[in-house]
Amino acid sequence: MVAVGSKCRTCRGSAIIDLPRHNANFCAEHFMELCRRQVVKAIDHFKMLTRDDRILVAVSGGKDSLAVWDLLLDLGYRADGLYVGLGIGEYSETSAVYARAFAEQRDLHLIEVKLRDDYGYDIPTAARATRRVPCSACGMSKRHIFDKAALDGGYTVLVTGHNLDDEAAVLFGNTLRWDVEYLARQLPVLEARAGFPRKVKPLVRLTERETAAWCIVRGIDYLVDECPMALGNKHLAYKSALNAIEETSPGSKAGFYFNFIDNMAPLLAGRALADGLELGACSNCGAPTTGNVCAFCHLAETASAHAPVPVELVMKKGRGKR
Amino acid sequence: MKVLLRNPSREIEVAGPRRVHALLAKFELNRESHLVICNGTLVPGDAELLDDDVVEIRPVISGGA
Repeated sequence: MVAVGSKCRTCRGSAIIDLPRHNANFCAEHFMELCRRQVVKAIDHFKMLTRDDRILVAVSGGKDSLAVWDLLLDLGYRADGLYVGLGIGEYSETSAVYARAFAEQRDLHLIEVKLRDDYGYDIPTAARATRRVPCSACGMSKRHIFDKAALDGGYTVLVTGHNLDDEAAVLFGNTLRWDVEYLARQLPVLEARAGFPRKVKPLVRLTERETAAWCIVRGIDYLVDECPMALGNKHLAYKSALNAIEETSPGSKAGFYFNFIDNMAPLLAGRALADGLELGACSNCGAPTTGNVCAFCHLAETASAHAPVPVELVMKKGRGKR
Repeated sequence: MKVLLRNPSREIEVAGPRRVHALLAKFELNRESHLVICNGTLVPGDAELLDDDVVEIRPVISGGA
């Protein structure tokens, strides 16, 4: 390979990455500096974390969650990890290997919850048993377990690896539907409420190309392959559409998301679905719910009573619909 | 050069020399959605790839939210 052209904006050394939205190229050292700066800016601007926080990072074994854990440690925060084994065949087995390796190499505490062992079901079975889209069953399961683990463990804040692309894609989907109740809660910080921990997203100023590059530059091994059950979902289609715009108009994703946060989110304050709801406690697990039994316990009860469903069976069905 | 593509994983031989952005264009891949790694090192869009290089085109988009 012959290096040509690109020089680091900061030091004029050979660049390893071009970032059109910054109209700049960076060497490894100054790319890392940029990432740190963006995360510090997000943490400070949105008042995400303090040095006294007990931090729990939701870790999947993918690039974003390992990058955010690594960045927080790099910036001097102390943080434990939480891995949820979703039972999505080989994909989940491999993702666990990456999450454990990251923690072991750095002598970090990683909490592990396995849906099959701890709740008697897995995501393919839940999708089939409840006739939900797999990503819906997965999201509901993870949110419940994240909340429970954070509260049970006495953590003051739950960190997730949502990046700028994730947030822009969700915003895009919610805007296509003008779903005001969801738009109103699309914030980089969700404050704690009864039964819910505080949740923050320190990577909102980094694209997923940048979080992947952070992992490569830092030598972090992560699961590159996409979840087989997510293939073809709407979220990926929204990301693809936004990246097509970004390629011809660099900075569009950041403008779309941060102008929403600055200009629209304040107008929607108080309009989130949860804002007007009276929540009681689930009679089974104690989690907040509008009914007698929470949605997670309904799902777990139905899915755990169903015979295990191999991931391939659900994938075939899902692909046929798309 | 040997080019590793993902989803599904496969290896393809491509003649060099060729710039990174031209390689992405050849496979109709968006540069916002991919990183290119040449002989184990990240490379920017205008890096020139040669016949004896081993190149990975790594997608960076994930589907969870």
